Amino acid sequence: MSTTILDDGVDAPERRMYWALADGWTVARRTLTHLIRQPANIAWQLGFPIVSVLLFGYVFGSAMSVPGGGDYREYLMPGMFGMTMAMGFMNTAYAVVIDTTKGVTDRFRSMPMAPSAPVTGRGLADIVSASVDLLVLAVTALVIGWRSDGGFWATLAAFGLLLWLRFALIWIGIWIGLMTPNEEAAGSLFAVAFPFAMISSVFVAPSQMPDWLGAVAAWNPVSSTVTAARELFGNPAALGDSWIEQHAMLGAIVWPLAITLVFVPLAVRRFQRLSR
Amino acid sequence: MSTSSHAILAEGLQKRYGEKRALDGFDLAVPQGTVYGLLGPNGAGKTTAVRILATLVRLDGGRAEVAGHDVVREARKVRRRIGFTGQFTAVDEILTGRQNLLMFGRLFHLGTARAAARADELLHQFDLAEAADKGTKEYSGGMRRRLDLAASMILAPKVLFLDEPTTGLDPRGRNEVWTAVRSLVSGGTTVLLTTQYLDEADQLAGRVAVIDHGRVIADDTPAALKRRVGGDQLEVVLEEAVDLPVALQALARVAAGRPEVDEKHRRVTAPVERRVAALTDVARALQDEGIGVEDIGLRRPTLDEVFLRLTGHKAEPEQAVATERTEVPA
Ligand SMILES: Nc1ncnc2c1ncn2[C@@H]1O[C@H](COP(=O)(O)OP(=O)(O)OP(=O)(O)O)[C@@H](O)[C@H]1O
Ligand SMILES: [Mg+2]
Repeated sequence: MSTTILDDGVDAPERRMYWALADGWTVARRTLTHLIRQPANIAWQLGFPIVSVLLFGYVFGSAMSVPGGGDYREYLMPGMFGMTMAMGFMNTAYAVVIDTTKGVTDRFRSMPMAPSAPVTGRGLADIVSASVDLLVLAVTALVIGWRSDGGFWATLAAFGLLLWLRFALIWIGIWIGLMTPNEEAAGSLFAVAFPFAMISSVFVAPSQMPDWLGAVAAWNPVSSTVTAARELFGNPAALGDSWIEQHAMLGAIVWPLAITLVFVPLAVRRFQRLSR
Repeated sequence: MSTSSHAILAEGLQKRYGEKRALDGFDLAVPQGTVYGLLGPNGAGKTTAVRILATLVRLDGGRAEVAGHDVVREARKVRRRIGFTGQFTAVDEILTGRQNLLMFGRLFHLGTARAAARADELLHQFDLAEAADKGTKEYSGGMRRRLDLAASMILAPKVLFLDEPTTGLDPRGRNEVWTAVRSLVSGGTTVLLTTQYLDEADQLAGRVAVIDHGRVIADDTPAALKRRVGGDQLEVVLEEAVDLPVALQALARVAAGRPEVDEKHRRVTAPVERRVAALTDVARALQDEGIGVEDIGLRRPTLDEVFLRLTGHKAEPEQAVATERTEVPA
């Protein structure tokens, strides 16, 4: 055989970092190639928020009022962005389930690649595809009349916060994906993702909900991110009186951080359990 | 045992899942360049053994070396020298065959150019060149398994682990995979394969380890295993049960071991060494005595029977018990 390569240099510490990045990128490229080979998937993924935009914006839009005043559609758009980020963890979980049940994860683990690469690659690809999602949604929003009045840097910061939320949810996605026994079970994740995204300030201000539900919605990490984005975009934010609503920016930074700190170790532990 | 001449060496492997001992003192020594079959009933511990040797699962006790390196302390070195094909076909279903091999090649740190060249080579070797740029979803089961094999061959590994490589394939797919495995072996790769199909072990493996309840209970060539269960058997079925004692005597004269009587089926069997001579002697003796014979023949034990004899229980139900018979009109 011509290609016997037994280069144990990979074990040298100074090259570990290089290979960790290179392998992560190779794994990420795989997922990005999926997006290119299956553009229909992006369409599906974006179909839901776009249909919601049209449904809520136009069908209910005239009947919905924003507390404190403002145009409902302006209010809704950052909510749609946030909802897409929030539901995104399902994509992560689903991809992880498929790889684990189909043996791809085992193949990776039996190879001399950087052990971190399946995870970093997954995360990188998810952030890139979430950025594509946001871009498409933002264009749709612009077309139906949404505007950001916050200026360039504030607008960028708002999208940054949205991606920061998505980043944190990668770890929940990986953790859940590693616990989910099969593809069919992954389908039922929708039952978790839907309330998680909906019981928030995405569609309706928490102050308009029954008290207990409003409190849950206000403390939902998605709400902090969405409210902070509204403030940065200069869109109506319909702030309630609760502490968390008044400190949306803080929440939008700290919530994802807390989620990351909790779920990275959980996900890593789950990953290590594969070799039990 | 010299480690250098063995591609795989496992000593006293222990693996427990709760109360269940998946491996319980598992020993194995696989010489370089051979194909070793790991045969055992469901839950015997075949997958567990292979996954430990492929560094995927931690062991609770014992030690193992693959390609000269310890699977625990030198896992990375082992990984550079092995190929692993799990119980399920682990290729990306959305990517094309070529894209799969390219990705795995990069992850083996070949660099893009060498990974591409290697992908080309393997696509030809495994007869996938034509389908190279199709999504693997469109592949047949046999093609996908071949791509899977190709992916585990990227580094031309010294040792290849195959966990049930043909389970779920139709006969054609099985043949395709067998051909592919044989071509690897001729290239010098050591192969450890687990299988549910006894004929697969017979076809591919030079040696077979029979495993039951997490330990190897027999370890030999397929032919020797069969011999161990008694070699060739001469079997006589009578028309009348009353003639059994006479037949027993006739068989005892030529038998290499104790004949066995099965009254219910009016059958006497005995292990024999000089096959044809024994057969003709007994046939003539019975004819001289005027005994009605329903059936007389030589049979060679199949691996199924070996299995049954060694483990005390049957192999998987799919195995039809095929017997070789040499019919002689009575
Ligand atoms: N991850 C696990 N958790 C708990 N028990 C396990 C696990 N993996 C294997 N076992 C148990 O260990 C025993 C050996 O399993 P293993 O998969 O190695 O058997 P096998 O010989 O490959 O069987 P099969 O022919 O069904 O593939 C079985 O009783 C199984 O239930
Ligand atoms: Mg198995």
